[in-house]
Amino acid sequence: MTTTAPRGAGTAAPGRGTGDSGRAAIAARTLRTDRWWVQPLITAVALVAFVVYATFRAFQNAYYFAEPYISPFYSPCLSTRCEGDTFPELFTGPTWISPAIYILVFPLGIRLTCYYYRKAYYRSFWLSPPACAVAEPHRGYSGETRFPLVFQNVHRYFLYAALVINVVLFYDAVLAFRDETGAWGHMGLGTLVLLVNAVLLFLYSLSCHSCRHIVGGRLNHFSRHPVRYRFWTFVSRLNARHMQYAWVSMFSVALADLYVFLLAADVIVDVRFF
Amino acid sequence: MTYDATFRVWRGDASGGDLQTYTVPVNEGEVVLDVIHRLQATQAGDLAVRWNCKAGKCGSCSAEVNGRPRLMCLTRMSTFAEDETVTVTPMRTFPVIRDLVTDVSFNYAKAAQVPAFVPRPRDEDGNHRMQQVDVERSQEFRKCIECFLCQDTCHVVRDHEENKQVFAGPRFLIRLAELDMHPLDAQDRRAAAQEEFGLGYCNITKCCTEVCPEGIHLTDNGIIPLKERVVDRRYDPLTWLGSKIGRRPGR
Ligand code: SF4
Ligand code: SF4
Ligand code: FES
Ligand code: FES
Repeated sequence: MTTTAPRGAGTAAPGRGTGDSGRAAIAARTLRTDRWWVQPLITAVALVAFVVYATFRAFQNAYYFAEPYISPFYSPCLSTRCEGDTFPELFTGPTWISPAIYILVFPLGIRLTCYYYRKAYYRSFWLSPPACAVAEPHRGYSGETRFPLVFQNVHRYFLYAALVINVVLFYDAVLAFRDETGAWGHMGLGTLVLLVNAVLLFLYSLSCHSCRHIVGGRLNHFSRHPVRYRFWTFVSRLNARHMQYAWVSMFSVALADLYVFLLAADVIVDVRFF
Repeated sequence: MTYDATFRVWRGDASGGDLQTYTVPVNEGEVVLDVIHRLQATQAGDLAVRWNCKAGKCGSCSAEVNGRPRLMCLTRMSTFAEDETVTVTPMRTFPVIRDLVTDVSFNYAKAAQVPAFVPRPRDEDGNHRMQQVDVERSQEFRKCIECFLCQDTCHVVRDHEENKQVFAGPRFLIRLAELDMHPLDAQDRRAAAQEEFGLGYCNITKCCTEVCPEGIHLTDNGIIPLKERVVDRRYDPLTWLGSKIGRRPGR
C-alpha cells in the first residue's frame, strides 16, 4: 500500500484537501491501524435487522393481540379493524391497511431524527464519516444545512408525540394486569414484558437531548428556576446514557412484540404468575 | 526495559514529503513525544516538532499517531506492542509547515470572528453578580487548551477543504455555546451560530468529543444544546410565537 504521494495533483479528495491547500502529502484514506470498521458494521447490521423485522410485523396485520396483551407496534390501535379493545376506536379504515401503519410515523420519526440515531446512521450508512479520522467517500458535504436534512430540527415535535405514546404503552401494561376473561388482579410474564418495555421507552424519551433542553437547558439563569434546574440535572444524568437507552428500548420493543406474536400464533403459552 | 521501536515519521513540507522509517530505543514509561525527541537528538537533527509543556496542558504537540489525532505527550508507548510500527504524521486538516509542524492560523482566524463577551448592565450597587449553578455549564468549555485536535478530526473540514470558509469547527461552536449560556452575556448568538459559523454543517457524529484530551463533552454539552437553542429561535413556531407575544420570560 502506498501511503504517501507527491503533492500538487490539483485534485480535491476527502481527507487530503485540495492540491493547493498546503496539507501534508499523505495519500492513504486513513492511517488507523485498529479495526475502526467494526463499530459501524455492527451498528448497520443491528439497525437493518430491526428495520426488516419491524417492517414485516407492521405490514403483517395479524398476531398482534393476545388477550390481554397488545403488541407495542400496534398501540395505540385506532381503527375499528383492531383486534381487542385496548384503545377507543376512532375511525374505520380499509381492512388491508394494517392499524400499525397509522401510528408508525411517530416512533419512526423520533428515532430517525434522534441525535443519537443520526450519529449512528450518518456513520454506518452514509459513512460521513465511517469512523473518526477515516475519510468519507463523498466529494461534497453540506451537513444538516439544507433540505431534506434541515428537517432534523423538528425533532422535539416527535418527542412530544413519543411522550403521548409512552402514556398509552403504560396504559397497555396496566390493562395487562387482567386475565383472558378480563378479570383484574392477575399478572403473567407478558405483563412484565409490556411493563419493562414501557419503562425503557419512557427512559429513552426522557433522556432525549431535546427533552433536556426543554426542561431547563434553554435557560441561562438556573438560579432563578430551582425546580427546572432540578429537572434539568435529572434529565442530564439520564441523557449521558441516551445511547444505551436507544439500543435497549429498541430491542425491548422488538422483544415485546415478538412475545405477543408468539402468544397470538399459539407457538407459546403465557406464563401466568397469579 | 528498553527496546527498539520502529517509527514511521512524515518528513517534508508544503512542496511534498513522505513517511520515513527509523529505529529508536524506547524506555519504560515513555510517551511518543519522548521518542520523537530522542529521534531528533540522535538521528534526525532537523526534524521539526512543536511542543512546550510535556504535560498535556499547552496544546502544542498535536499530531496523528497511527492515524488518530492525539497529543504526543499524552500518548504512552505502553499502548503499543513492542513490534508494532508507530506512525506519526502532522495534523491533516491544516497546511503543513515542516515535518510534524502545521500552520493552525485557520483557528485563530475563526476565533477572531466570534463576537466578544458583552456584559449585561451592572447591578445597582455597581457589581456584576452570577451564581455558580448558572455559570457551571460554560466552565466546562473553559478547560479547552486549544490543541485543535477536534478541529483536525472534524470531517466537515478534514474531508472538505472548501468548508473552511463556512464552518468554524467544534472548538468555536463550543465557544459560542459557552457565551450563549453565560448568565452575564447580553448578546444573542443563535442566529450567528447558524448563519456565520456553520452550526448546521455539524452532523453530531461526535469525533470531536472522542479526541478531546480535556474530556470536554463538546457534542452533548455544547453543540447539541446550541442546535436546540437555534431551533428555539429559527425552526420552532411555538417558541417563536412565545417570544413574540412575550410569554417567555428572559432566558
Ligand atoms: S460532532 Fe460535529 S463538530 Fe464534532 S467532529 Fe462531528 S461533525 Fe465535527
Ligand atoms: S475542545 Fe478539546 S480537542 Fe478541541 S481544542 Fe479544546 S482541548 Fe483541544
Ligand atoms: S430521542 Fe434521541 S435525542 Fe431525542
Ligand atoms: S507538549 Fe504541551 S500538550 Fe503536549
